[in-house]
Amino acid sequence: MKTSTSNMAIMRKKEPREVMIHIEGLYKSFGDNHVLNGFNMKLFKGENLVVMGKSGSGKSVMIKCLVGLMKPDRGHISVMGNEITKLDREALDILRSDIGFLFQGSALYDSMTVRENLEFPMRRHGEKLGTITNTLPLVQEALESVGLAHTMNLMPEELSGGMKRRVALARTLILRPKIILYDEPTSGLDPITAKEIIELMRSIQEKYGTSSLIITHDVDCARVIAERMILLVDGVNYAEGTYEELVLSKDPKVEAFFKK
Amino acid sequence: MNTAKPISVAIRHFFVEIGEMSLFAARFFKEAVKPPYEFKELLRQCYHMGNRSLSLVLVTGFIIGLVLTLQSRPTLVEFGAVSWMPDMVGISIVRELGPVITALVCAGRIASGIGAELGSMRVTEQIDAMEVSGTNPFKYLVVTRILATTLMLPLLVILGDTVALYGSALVENFKGGVSFQLYFNRVFDALGYGDLIPATIKSFFFGFAIGLVGCFKGYYSKKGTAGVGFAANTAVVFTSMLLFVIDFIAVFISDIFYEL
Repeated sequence: MKTSTSNMAIMRKKEPREVMIHIEGLYKSFGDNHVLNGFNMKLFKGENLVVMGKSGSGKSVMIKCLVGLMKPDRGHISVMGNEITKLDREALDILRSDIGFLFQGSALYDSMTVRENLEFPMRRHGEKLGTITNTLPLVQEALESVGLAHTMNLMPEELSGGMKRRVALARTLILRPKIILYDEPTSGLDPITAKEIIELMRSIQEKYGTSSLIITHDVDCARVIAERMILLVDGVNYAEGTYEELVLSKDPKVEAFFKK
Repeated sequence: MNTAKPISVAIRHFFVEIGEMSLFAARFFKEAVKPPYEFKELLRQCYHMGNRSLSLVLVTGFIIGLVLTLQSRPTLVEFGAVSWMPDMVGISIVRELGPVITALVCAGRIASGIGAELGSMRVTEQIDAMEVSGTNPFKYLVVTRILATTLMLPLLVILGDTVALYGSALVENFKGGVSFQLYFNRVFDALGYGDLIPATIKSFFFGFAIGLVGCFKGYYSKKGTAGVGFAANTAVVFTSMLLFVIDFIAVFISDIFYEL
C-alpha cells in the first residue's frame, strides 16, 4: 500500500497492462468547496478498481468528469487514449458507447418499459453492433445475463430496487462496453440483494472481460470485488493498494475507514 | 430593517433568470434545426400535450361561452342591443378570451407537468443517463416538448373557441330563440382576418412560452425532490406572467396594424 502521507510504497511486480483510464491532476470545485484537489488514477484493462471515500469526498464528481457530464477545472482525463476534455460532442458520444455507466439510483426511464429502456442506447449506437433488424434477441440476452428475462414488458415502477439495479446493469451491457463505471452499485439495497449485485458484477466481468471502476463506500462490496483500491480523502488519492494492504494499514485515516 | 438588499438581490436574481432563459431559448433554436430529428418523440409529445389538456380546454371554453353570454345579456337587452350578442361574443372570444384562457389552462396543466417530469428526471439522474447513452437530452426532451406545445396550443385554442361559441349559442337559443345557424352566421360575418390572424399568431407564442418555461424550470431543477415541486410551481407562475406580457405585446402590435 502507499499513502501520500507516509510514502509507504509497495512495489508490486506486474506485467505491463493496457491503461484504459488515466486521470492526472484532476481539480474540481463548486464555489469555495474544493471537491477534487489533484486526483490521480489509472485503470488497467480487465481490472476491477474500487475508489472508496466518505460521502462528499468527490467520488461521484470524479466519475461524472470521467464521462464528460461535468467539466473539470484542471487536469487530464484520458479514456482509451482519448482526452475527454478535448473531445467534441460527436466524438464524446462515440467514446461513450464503449463506457457503461451504472447510476446510483439505477436511472431507468420512468416512461418506458424495461425493453424500451434497453433499446434506448441502441438508437444512437446501434451500428456498433452491426445491422440490427430486430433488437429483441439483444434485449433478451442482456436481460438473461442479469436473470430478469421475464421483466421485459414491465414498467420500472413495477420492479423492486434490486431488480431496477439489475435492469440498469443490463442496459449498460447492451452496447458491449469495454469499461463499466459503477456509482455506488449497492447503495440503498438490503445486504442479500447487495451481495447478489456484487456477484453479478463479478460474473459480468468474467463473461465480457470488461474493466470496472467501482465507486463505493461499502467496505463489504470492496472486499469482494476489488483487485486494487484507492482511498479518496479531501479530493486526493490518499492511499492505494489491495484490500488486505489497506485493512492492515496503521494510518489513522485509513484505519478509521475500515473500522467497523 | 434594511430591505434594500433583499430587493436588489431579488431583482438581480430575476434578471439573471431572464438571461438564462434567453440562452435556453437560443439553444432551442440552435438544436431544433440540427439533425438528427426526433420526429417519433415529437409526435408522441403532441399526442400527450393535446390529449392531456383537451377535456379541460373544452369544459373551460364551454363554460366561458355560457357565462359570458349570460352575464352580458341583461345589459344588452337594456340597451336594445341584444342582436349584437353574436358579434360581441364572437370577437371577444376569438381575439382575446379564447387564446388567453386556453393558454392559462394549459400553463397549469402542461407547464407544471413538464416542469415536474423533467425535474424528476434530473433528480433521478435519468437526464444524465440519456447523455451517457449518447442521446442529446436537450434535443430529445426539450426541443420535442417546446415544439409540441407550440404546435398544439393553436389547435387547442381553435377547439376551445368553437366550444365557447357553442356555449354562447346554446344560451341564445334557450333565452332568445335564436337558431344555431343564424347565430353562427352572425359570428362569422362579424369576424375578419384581422381578428383571426393575430389570435392565431399569438397562440403560437403562448404555446412556445408554455413549453419554454416548463422545460427550463424542469431541466435545471435542483435541490432534490423538493426542487421538483418548486420547478412545477414556478413553471406555472412564470408562464402565467409571461402569457400576459406576450398578450400585451401582441395586442399592442395588432393595434398598430389596425390603425394603419
